[in-house]
Amino acid sequence: MIIDGSESSLKKFLADLPPVDQVGAEARAGMLATRSIKTTSKAWAIDTAISMVDLTTLEGADSPGKVKALCAKAVRPDPSDLTVPSVGAICVYNDMVKIARAELDAIGGRDIPVAAVATAFPSGRASIAVKKIDTQDALAAGANEIDMVIDRGAFLSGKLGEVFEEIKNIKQICGNKAHLKVILETGELVTYDNVRKASYLAMLAGADFIKTSTGKVAPAATAPVVLVMLEAVRDYFALTGTRIGVKPAGGIRTTKDAIKQLVLVNETAGSEWLKPSLFRIGASALLNDLLMQRMKLRTGYYAGANYVTVD
Amino acid sequence: MSNFEYASAPESKAIANISDSYGLFIGGKFVDPRKGKSFETINPATEEVLSKIGYADKLDIDLAVKSARSAFTKVWSKTPAKERGKYLYRIARILQVRAREFAVVETLDNGKPIRESRDTDIPLAAAHFFYHAGWADKLEYAGFGNKPKPVGVVGQIIPWNFPLLMLAWKIAPALAAGNTVVLKPAETTPLTALLFAQVCQQAGLPDGVVNIVTGDGITGAALVNHPDINKIAFTGSTEVGKAIARSISATNKSATLELGGKAANLIFEDAAIDEAVEGIVNGIFFNQGHVCCAGSRLLVQENVADEILEKLKARMSLIRIGDPMDKNTDLGAINSKEQLKRIHEISKSGDAEGANRWSPECKLPSKGYWYPPTIFTGVSQSHRIAREEIFGPVLSVLTFRTPAEGIEKANNTMYGLSAGIWSDKGAKVLWAAKQLKAGVIWSNTFNKFDPASPFGGYKESGWGREGGRHGLSGYLKSDVKASK
Repeated sequence: MIIDGSESSLKKFLADLPPVDQVGAEARAGMLATRSIKTTSKAWAIDTAISMVDLTTLEGADSPGKVKALCAKAVRPDPSDLTVPSVGAICVYNDMVKIARAELDAIGGRDIPVAAVATAFPSGRASIAVKKIDTQDALAAGANEIDMVIDRGAFLSGKLGEVFEEIKNIKQICGNKAHLKVILETGELVTYDNVRKASYLAMLAGADFIKTSTGKVAPAATAPVVLVMLEAVRDYFALTGTRIGVKPAGGIRTTKDAIKQLVLVNETAGSEWLKPSLFRIGASALLNDLLMQRMKLRTGYYAGANYVTVD
Repeated sequence: MSNFEYASAPESKAIANISDSYGLFIGGKFVDPRKGKSFETINPATEEVLSKIGYADKLDIDLAVKSARSAFTKVWSKTPAKERGKYLYRIARILQVRAREFAVVETLDNGKPIRESRDTDIPLAAAHFFYHAGWADKLEYAGFGNKPKPVGVVGQIIPWNFPLLMLAWKIAPALAAGNTVVLKPAETTPLTALLFAQVCQQAGLPDGVVNIVTGDGITGAALVNHPDINKIAFTGSTEVGKAIARSISATNKSATLELGGKAANLIFEDAAIDEAVEGIVNGIFFNQGHVCCAGSRLLVQENVADEILEKLKARMSLIRIGDPMDKNTDLGAINSKEQLKRIHEISKSGDAEGANRWSPECKLPSKGYWYPPTIFTGVSQSHRIAREEIFGPVLSVLTFRTPAEGIEKANNTMYGLSAGIWSDKGAKVLWAAKQLKAGVIWSNTFNKFDPASPFGGYKESGWGREGGRHGLSGYLKSDVKASK
């Protein structure tokens, strides 16, 4: 442990982190977006991206039927081509976890984890007691991953210890049963300095993954934000020997966007991070674009939206 | 399966219409050199011959200067300023339209990565013409005295590191101010200048306003010594700059000289570390280090030196070296055999004088001229590699303990073209900028260029400025008496 857990040691540690220069970070992310990925590398990137998708439905209108359909898609994204890998996980609200888990188990998706957005998602505005129960509830329903949101209000008002304790508490509940993904909601943290601090805060408190956004706030997973988070996990690994995962979520809709994310990973944290256990992309619409681009690589023509399923 | 190998993504050569041979561009036409001599220009990445280029000697230079003189007296000096601006604007637009073609030719001839010629060289060259197009009819209101006048016929000699961009830096302000020019591109990189000659024709620029003569140092000397030249504008080595200064000292010719550099890039302890590392890479490995203002002397505050070096090495391991036409290449070929020899020679002095050399593992192509990205640590001010310009992808790393020591070391050089400061503290940046003796000082960035920003050096880095209002003044004489 780098810090002794006290608020003061935590504050000191975070204050000592090097600052992020906004112009420089954006320029670097912009440069990496110009990498040209074609032919074999594109084919590899598309399949890798598919295996990293956290196929997500987070709507008030979610129903068992909708979730079951999503599970089918997660297991076999493209019924016309069984060489397409399964996705990284299914990501749903708490009350849908049981349905998703049972459905996946029933249709051959036993290895696909179910991620639950717990802890008063998406605002995080509830007491710690409620957040704990929320998490226990998800675990009891069979969740393999918990996507928790941090209390941005506490973070922005400088109550770093409070945020730290909250993450630690939730991590304790997860134990060995579930991976903890901590959502920073970077759009509300605004500055890259805050993104770097919140990333470290989450990692120090026990996060297995750090995630950009809920998908309910814009801007969400911008390239510079992901760059800063990837730098954080890279440096944290150098410091502790522990590899923490990164999950951009929100706004990644096209194959091009997804490939840009993979380039960021490759040239920042390194190729070690290019696997679903260390990098995920939270998305709902992205998968179909990946499938269409994959078809295009295979057949040479672009078939269009009706050649992939809408579930 | 955690390996992301980018497939090669080469830009197509098809768009580059390179002729088998080129004449000299004199009086608006391509003409053969009087003595019929020529030389070859090659692709430094493959050693392939690209084209045969006309070699201009004294006779040809005389013709070119005569053509420029006649265009100056008969046409260009009588062309209304507003009209001059229109020509410049037209040239800028044509450069934009033909940007891809220019980028490809530049990369083939120079060896620089297509990413840089596409994203930096060509857009900036066009920007210089746009910027100066705006100045053409506003010279009287820019504080150059009443009715500023062009100096006349300008001889311009440009280097091989940014062939088209340096051409734009020279020709755009000269024409905006009403001068006519005879320009000699570098021997190893004449192609984009010859392509630019076609742009002049396309833009309908009056014959003789721009003349382009190709050749080597002897050609350049003939241009410098021609009696009917009013001004010399030169960018290149300090050694040649000094020779030019000597040879024009007893004449009425004026000169701007943009010469060498050994820029200090100062990293303070409170810098944004990741962005500083990126800035170091951009400072020295941009354009293979073939940059006179390159941040070739890294000065790091001692208490962050280990962290910076560790991150720098990790970052350098990601630099992609190889085929310059590949869109994913970061570091291209060294421009010539001679330059490669020189880089080897000075680098070896670093080994001999006790500095520690480090390069990432990288496979260099078997053909062409290549040098891996290299850093020397444990360098002190008394090492040759800390004092002499290497003009290649070789960085010398020195340390300092206090800000004052950093400044002292930064200024302890015979050059003074540029410097970089990395600190998150605004007050420290301003304090350091005030102390540094350099023409351009970047804070928390490096190698940024803009036509509106004057560029030039202190000490052996040169005379005068290029770009901005300051740059224009070098192409004008103000006739105070005429004001009455």
